[in-house]
Amino acid sequence: MQELVNLFVKAIFVDNMIFAYFLGMCSYLAVSKKVSTAVGLGIAVIFVLTITVPVNFLLENYILREGALSWLSPAFAEVDLSFLSFILFIAVIASMVQLVEMTVEKFSPSLYNALGIFLPLIAVNCAILGGSLFMQERNFIGITEATVFGFGSGIGWFLAIVAIAAIREKIQYSNVPAPLKGLGITFIVTGLMGIAFMSFMGIKL
Amino acid sequence: MADVLEKKEEAKELLIDKQPKEPLLSKKNRKLLNDPLNDNNPITVQVLGICSALAITVKLYPALVMSISVLFVMAAGNVIVSLMRNFIPNRIRIIVQLVVVASLVALVDQVLKAFVYDVSKELSVFVGLIITNCIIMGRLEAFALGNTVWKSFLDGIGNAFGYAWILLAVAFFRELLGSGTLFGFQVIPDAWYLANGGFYSNNGFMLLPPMALITVGIIIWVQRARNTKLIEE
Repeated sequence: MQELVNLFVKAIFVDNMIFAYFLGMCSYLAVSKKVSTAVGLGIAVIFVLTITVPVNFLLENYILREGALSWLSPAFAEVDLSFLSFILFIAVIASMVQLVEMTVEKFSPSLYNALGIFLPLIAVNCAILGGSLFMQERNFIGITEATVFGFGSGIGWFLAIVAIAAIREKIQYSNVPAPLKGLGITFIVTGLMGIAFMSFMGIKL
Repeated sequence: MADVLEKKEEAKELLIDKQPKEPLLSKKNRKLLNDPLNDNNPITVQVLGICSALAITVKLYPALVMSISVLFVMAAGNVIVSLMRNFIPNRIRIIVQLVVVASLVALVDQVLKAFVYDVSKELSVFVGLIITNCIIMGRLEAFALGNTVWKSFLDGIGNAFGYAWILLAVAFFRELLGSGTLFGFQVIPDAWYLANGGFYSNNGFMLLPPMALITVGIIIWVQRARNTKLIEE
């Protein structure tokens, strides 16, 4: 239990998707002009990450990895399909996003309207594929760990985009040098936030 | 009747022949190559493909390898999608594009693992993330789906170079100021360092992730100060 909490906190703060790995920067920069839309996209990312990371974990451990197919028959013990992982992961993500979209539309039309066009866009958000690839690289032991990691990464991304949206709403009224307006100042503010988040690195859990 | 038809065909052919053929590098095509370098740069103006631009710019060498990989995937992806543009049903185009790009990236990944294993380890997940690199999807969607093969090829190359020069510029400053080397070769003289009685020491801060963001911010600042039509309201 303690280890799961540890992993969770680490995924949110220390290994923050935005500030430590810059994943999902495109939508982070494009959709952070208003807090309300930022919250919508953030929730959608949490949602999709929590689902795709465990699914891809199962895929990795029962199909792709070297020897993973041995549950079918011992003859497959040597088969290594890991070169297929990119294609399979992205296919899972694209279809999961579609599935999530349909489910949300059916059961909660209000949430569906709030998320709007963000859901389909998420299929090409680097943070989602990045979550799965990190899961592959870190060799998690069980599916619980993978789920917790996906959920934590999503929350970290959510925090980052909501924070920058709030700052951008305020910064509109400040006197920024003209060439820095918009994109430039957003980059620099994100950098400063990243420096602030680096203080979490000292935490020993 | 058949005669008339034939004559019509001939007339059509004549018409087609009379239209001046566009030279391979006409002014319009050159614009496709040049624009992404400055006025329409994928990173600083279109805001596409930031993720990898920031994460792998600690050193010049991985940045160069990454740029070449993106160049290959962009050019090949643009050409393939442009070839298929009339056969792809509109509803499933994103999936088709993803599959094309994912197969190209899997190819690049295997090549990197075979020939430059160290760099491939260093780039880790970021090779795979070329798939979701917004530059590639963005250009496929916005350009290759509606243009001829040669134009899409030029557009791919142009955008990849626009991406590459920002990547290399950021990596240049981060490696020079952060570790005093360029491509792994030391450029700051040994005698300058504090340890040898000099006055200089490396700024380790440049190696940390946030400084990539600030470096790109400064590049945007300089670019927009020189090119005032890019300034946002």
